[in-house]
Amino acid sequence: MSTVATKPKTQSSKMIQVMGGLGALCALLIVLTYEGTAERIAHLKDEALQEAVIYVLPGAKTTKEFYIDSDHHISTEWTENAVPIFAGYDANNQLIGVAIEASGRGYADIIKVLYGYDPIKQQIIGFYVLESKETPGLGDKIQKDASFLENFTELDVSLGSNGSTNNGVVTVKRGQKKNPWEIDGITGATISSRAVGVMLNASTNEWLAIIQANLSVIQNPER
Amino acid sequence: MSQLVKEPKQKSFFTTLAESPSTNEFMKGIWKDNPVFVQVLGMCPTLAVTNTAENALAMGFATTFVLVMSNILVSALRNVIPKEVRIASYILIIATFVTMTDYVIQAISVDLHKSLGAFISLIVVNCLILSRAEAFASKNTIIPSVLDGLGMGLGFVLALFSLGAVRELLGNGSILGYSIFSENFQEWIVMILPAGGFFTLALWLLLFNILKERRNHG
Repeated sequence: MSTVATKPKTQSSKMIQVMGGLGALCALLIVLTYEGTAERIAHLKDEALQEAVIYVLPGAKTTKEFYIDSDHHISTEWTENAVPIFAGYDANNQLIGVAIEASGRGYADIIKVLYGYDPIKQQIIGFYVLESKETPGLGDKIQKDASFLENFTELDVSLGSNGSTNNGVVTVKRGQKKNPWEIDGITGATISSRAVGVMLNASTNEWLAIIQANLSVIQNPER
Repeated sequence: MSQLVKEPKQKSFFTTLAESPSTNEFMKGIWKDNPVFVQVLGMCPTLAVTNTAENALAMGFATTFVLVMSNILVSALRNVIPKEVRIASYILIIATFVTMTDYVIQAISVDLHKSLGAFISLIVVNCLILSRAEAFASKNTIIPSVLDGLGMGLGFVLALFSLGAVRELLGNGSILGYSIFSENFQEWIVMILPAGGFFTLALWLLLFNILKERRNHG
């Protein structure tokens, strides 16, 4: 009669100890990396945002952050649920425009953009993609395609008497743009370029009337 | 009767280096056991991230870092981790280094992180890394594991760049963002699309196998 030798089983307590210990070690590594990089990441993001504001407001030399509170007032004081906007001024401290964040559903994930609004001309004068996970080579053309970005140099967002834009921003097929409020889309990035039109339309209808009503606060921030 | 005693031929430095086990551990990942062209592992990033040469390089080096670091930790803990929980432990280790890589890339450049953001998390599920942990690092000491990770990682970089360069060149007319052709060049959009990934991979596999055949029979 032969006996089959079996390997001794590892005790459950040993497995729990090893997994627990490994979990703690991994958590420590992640936290150390986070602590070591958090300051620089925050600094780089802040710097990138400042650069983006200057980028979407051509000619701006300095920027100032304002907040739109839940009562639709604009001030430099942050209150709960306030939405930040960024004003850009030229060398003579004259207001160039306001940079506003907008976001919406793209093809892969939420797309977050920053656009520059000139309250005097009532036009979008700049556009920059802050966050996007759109397909590289296709959807990400919304941040690289030169002819698409040209749409945002004089895009009409003039307001009507009811506080909404006269003609909502809309994306049309490439080569079919006829009106100043239309965005010429991108072939091969239809969903992403349409998403930009939808989010700009929603954002302009939500914020531009409030900015126009509080324009004096933004034009003269010292007051 | 004369005896002819053949003196052993002295090996050159390069022959010794080429035949040393350490060199073999390193070189096997680049050519003989290339993770993409021979083992056909890590197909998700190989097909998804190689639409530009820059993305391919960044993804390749990020994967190499995770591969080397996870190999080191798996090798160091190989006698501690019970075999029943080894896969869960390896995944935990790999996920840790992927998270660290994510933070480090963010700290290096916001733009680089922006272009890779969606793909960095996918490194966790790259079977190349898990296979090296299971097949090599868990059975070997740290130094060979590092060499194995470096070799496999650089082999992966080489393969991704080979695909990325061809796809970007034909699909966008550029390499690493620099235009190569004149403005009249008609871009082959299909090369940037997923189908282009399959075409290019098939052609590289064909070329690689022809070269290998010739070497074996030559």
